[in-house]
Amino acid sequence: MATIGSLAGQPMRAERYGDRSFGSIAFLIALWAAVGFAVLTLGVLLVDSMLDGAVRLDGALFTRYSSQILPETAGARAAILGSAWVIAVTATLAIPLGVAAGVYLEEFADPKRWYNKLIEVNLTNLAAVPAIVYGMLTAGLALSIGLERRVVLAGGIALALLILPVIIIATRESVRAVPQEIRDGSLALGATPLQTVWRQTLPSAVPGIATGAILALSRALGEAAPLLLLGGLVFVNYDPDGLFSGFTTLPIQIFNWASQPQLAFQQVASAAIIVMLILLLMMNALAIFIRNRYQKRW
Amino acid sequence: MATFSTRTPAGTSDASASDGAARATADARAAVPSSPEREDHLRATGGLTHHVRDRHVAPEIDPVMACENVDVYYGDFRAVTNVSLEFGKNEITALIGPSGCGKSTLIRSLNRMNDLVEGARVEGRVTYHDKNIYDRDVDPIEVRRRIGMVFQKPNPFPKSIYDNIAYGPRVTGMKVDSMDEVVEESLTRAALWDEVKDKLKQSAFGLSGGQQQRLCIARTLAVKPDVILMDEPASALDPIATARIEDLMLELREDFAIVVVTHNMQQAARVADRTAFFTALAAEGSGDRTGLLVEYDVTRNIFQNPRDKRTEDYISGRFG
Amino acid sequence: MATGPRSGPPDRPPGSAPDITHHKKRYGERLALLGLGGSAALSVGITIAIVVALVRPSIDFFREVSFSEFLTGTRWAPTFADADFGVLPLITGTLWTTFIGLTIAVPLGLGAAIYLSEYAHDRVRKILKPVLEILAGIPSVVYGYFALYFVAPVLLKDLLNLEVGTFSVLAAGLVLGVMIIPTVASLSEDAMSAVPQALRQGSYALGANRMRTTLRVVFPAAISGITASIVLGLSRAVGETMIVALAAGTRAQIVTAPTGNGQTMTGFIAQTATGESSPGSLTYNTLFAVGLLLFVITLIINLIAASIVRRIREVY
Repeated sequence: MATIGSLAGQPMRAERYGDRSFGSIAFLIALWAAVGFAVLTLGVLLVDSMLDGAVRLDGALFTRYSSQILPETAGARAAILGSAWVIAVTATLAIPLGVAAGVYLEEFADPKRWYNKLIEVNLTNLAAVPAIVYGMLTAGLALSIGLERRVVLAGGIALALLILPVIIIATRESVRAVPQEIRDGSLALGATPLQTVWRQTLPSAVPGIATGAILALSRALGEAAPLLLLGGLVFVNYDPDGLFSGFTTLPIQIFNWASQPQLAFQQVASAAIIVMLILLLMMNALAIFIRNRYQKRW
Repeated sequence: MATFSTRTPAGTSDASASDGAARATADARAAVPSSPEREDHLRATGGLTHHVRDRHVAPEIDPVMACENVDVYYGDFRAVTNVSLEFGKNEITALIGPSGCGKSTLIRSLNRMNDLVEGARVEGRVTYHDKNIYDRDVDPIEVRRRIGMVFQKPNPFPKSIYDNIAYGPRVTGMKVDSMDEVVEESLTRAALWDEVKDKLKQSAFGLSGGQQQRLCIARTLAVKPDVILMDEPASALDPIATARIEDLMLELREDFAIVVVTHNMQQAARVADRTAFFTALAAEGSGDRTGLLVEYDVTRNIFQNPRDKRTEDYISGRFG
Repeated sequence: MATGPRSGPPDRPPGSAPDITHHKKRYGERLALLGLGGSAALSVGITIAIVVALVRPSIDFFREVSFSEFLTGTRWAPTFADADFGVLPLITGTLWTTFIGLTIAVPLGLGAAIYLSEYAHDRVRKILKPVLEILAGIPSVVYGYFALYFVAPVLLKDLLNLEVGTFSVLAAGLVLGVMIIPTVASLSEDAMSAVPQALRQGSYALGANRMRTTLRVVFPAAISGITASIVLGLSRAVGETMIVALAAGTRAQIVTAPTGNGQTMTGFIAQTATGESSPGSLTYNTLFAVGLLLFVITLIINLIAASIVRRIREVY
């Protein structure tokens, strides 16, 4: 039997809502237009970005380096490898720190203490800082330590700082979703709070954390602004070979190529966009797969 | 008008009890001291005396745990007031009373699980083998190992049956010669071994509700406590599973002190050696209710010869 | 029922009570907790580090350039021989792109949110939500490319016959708006979905139709979250770099029309950073001075947002 409650969640047909008036119909059309515009723009964007580049989806794109004088055969090899290196560093730094911070805030912090409130406020602010500022922060940091700033490590640090709030939030939500009865059961047996977190709470939260982490890393993959100050050597024509090697990444390379007037650079930029979008698609698919397959339904 | 709101598996005796209560209301409020008329009257309410086992309960209690003038606060709110009780070794003690009278709060204070609640605070003494468990030098982790707890809703870990049992010994660093033996022992003692011995590696979530609860009991047994607290252990289970849990409780009594909170008076009458009856005092104006221990005695006396009128009213169903 | 060996309490010499006092020092436990707390405290450290990193070169900058010249000057030409350091042109660039962006993002984002929350069938939701998530996930360089190579030449010049050059704040602003639609839409939708069904039903019971209910009951009830989403969108628009760096312009000038070429604060940082800039040089310090200004502006926006949300929540 359909109850009020079950019907309430389903938007019903216009007639039942008295949406026959001109104003209502106009409103609805406006809403459709808004939605349609978003969908249409997405479609046009994807198609256009990729059409230009189809011509350059060739082997050279992957095997050759960028070149100032021969854009027709310029390749994104250095950029692809550079992205891989930088994302690896980012993951290594951001995930342990983010998970640790998230676990602390959710399981151990007394929210009424001033220092914990300060941490929360800080996290909210950091999540809204423009990406480019993280690059400037890392440049400044590198300078004060005496590190070279145009290196893979610096790029990884900048991106790690950028996505840290995202990972913390993902961790907190996943940990929060673990039912209290599991913790109670563990503590009632004589486990310490830390043992409970390590052996029960965290393992149960892993699928959610993994999903959030992968999505955060995919965002880092597409970021260029933080790295401009750190890896902005325009033409990198070697593979990165260590944490202190110079580098470039896909988004930076795309930015560089797209800034050039020649058509050939526009085309190779577009081709690199296709590659990057495919990589992002794969990462997002992985995240969704993990979420659907392993997410615990309590 | 009071309503009899106890959840009981034996529905019919309920109905007769409430009918009897209606009839009994018409009778004069009898004097509190015991009298043959009162005993007849209580029996006539189809009441619970036929559940009370003819078990010999030593008049002198040999306590393994005790409460001395215990108050439990949540912030400024006093949830339980002035409780003084003893829990005997190898006895089952039931805490009964209407909802909201602090029974769960009290039992959670017995193994310091209440420490986890914001602002919870205990005044008075809760002693375990004569040592106040809230002393500064006491390790609450150790307390919880020795005073086990089974919860109202079975809460197995999302692991295999084997790992559920092995978890306690592992995290408490118990020295075991053979974990397999510990697991088998615990499951056997909890009357679950035969049903699961071929599927130890399967997830605990695949068990039925009653089996899961027995698993939780086995889990508790594995860390070798000497007191087991049970907070309405069978209220989420069907009648058959409930009966098995009650049988198990009676067996475990031989080696453990058991404290059980229950809403089901018949259950208390069936299994408990001693029973403590709580009621709730409403604070003026705020409506907050503070739990109060009314009467504590051998179960037979509580159900047949209650000394306090409030106990009698509750037993006979005048309020639930 | 039990036939196996007893699993009873541990054997103990009779007469001795079990010892429940602290024995294990649990150092590992304390160390681990310290580590966890330290990771969380890192966030405070990061904020401090940002401030320090931005302020130090800025101090050097302001030794050479006065505050008033920086904040009120109207010519921005830091790398020229006859250098000028008035940041107002950059600010106008940012203002234009942000304004245009919000003009797109707010109506469309709210429209999508209202539709998703109040009107959409499940089938439509299943398509629309992923579309929004994809829009949110596209890197900003791709948006920038789109602005530069499609929106400007094809859409604006060919189709709409506007007088735009290769670069314009209009092209950049429009695409910036599209990028921010998901931000406004998803937060607003969350806010509207959280409005209790009882409020809507009360409105319908009084004879209002869906549009009125949405506009007069649901929308006001969710205004706190909706405002927050708009301000967050504003913050993102101000701080966005790649789109404006590619498509808004490279000429720092006071922008007077949307079709104009204009460099924004972030665009300046991006375009200068890729060049050579050695630490300690005036160019380097200029970069950080603009960065500091950017950080302060977004900080103020975020603080305003937080206080609006707090105040509206109290009233409601």
